Amino acid sequence: MIEVGAALPERVFTINRGLLKAYADASGDQNPIHQNEEFALSVGLPNVIAHGMLTMALVGKFVTDWAGGSAKVTHYGARFIKPVIVPADTDVDLTVSATVSALDESSVTLDLTATSAGVKVLGMAKAVIKK
Amino acid sequence: MLNPDSVGRTFEGANSITVTQSEIDAFAAVIGESDTSVAPPTFSIRISLEQSQSILSDPAIGLDWTRVVHGDQKFEIFSPIKGGDTFSCSSTIESYRVAAGNEIVTVRSDLKSGSEIALSSWSTLVVRA
Repeated sequence: MIEVGAALPERVFTINRGLLKAYADASGDQNPIHQNEEFALSVGLPNVIAHGMLTMALVGKFVTDWAGGSAKVTHYGARFIKPVIVPADTDVDLTVSATVSALDESSVTLDLTATSAGVKVLGMAKAVIKK
Repeated sequence: MLNPDSVGRTFEGANSITVTQSEIDAFAAVIGESDTSVAPPTFSIRISLEQSQSILSDPAIGLDWTRVVHGDQKFEIFSPIKGGDTFSCSSTIESYRVAAGNEIVTVRSDLKSGSEIALSSWSTLVVRA
């Protein structure tokens, strides 16, 4: 039984430089801040950072797995509040959790939380799923 | 700086876009999704950011893409995308403001199949000072 306030089980995704390259190729977003450390540092970033949209895609996978497929999602949004920092040769975490924030006859709304290295990376993250 | 006349305007993409199954498969593989009968919810960013960049790159619009950072992103999906779907694309500059010298622009992208909107997405772009 789903009710407002119910928490979904937390899930941890792994992000590394290899995944950033794969996402760049699959999404077409080849911005060097996601692949080239020297470039990232030159524009004032602490290191290479993950694509915000990769973070959103992984959190989306959390949502669709729970919802029962990609076709169930009708609304999905988030604000990029902090970058996911991805040093070379390192696996970093993307830890995702959610609570049910609204329910009606036809839909479920999830409030989503995503952190990396203990830092909240998405704000106002919500998805609406068809029942 | 953005040309104030651009705010509220809708710009139509010149060409229609056909989504291939292999594009969906490749995107899904990155996030570990094996069911590719429909595209993952964020797949359309592959189309919409590229489309809005090309649609909104006219210097008269005044959007400097070289200094753009993605601030937030929202999708409303009316009909999930499938391999073989063909869309026309349009981009609308919905809002614009300047804060601390940064320009903050919200662009809505609509993917239409015939006259029906399949998916709308909103990207808030921050053009750094």
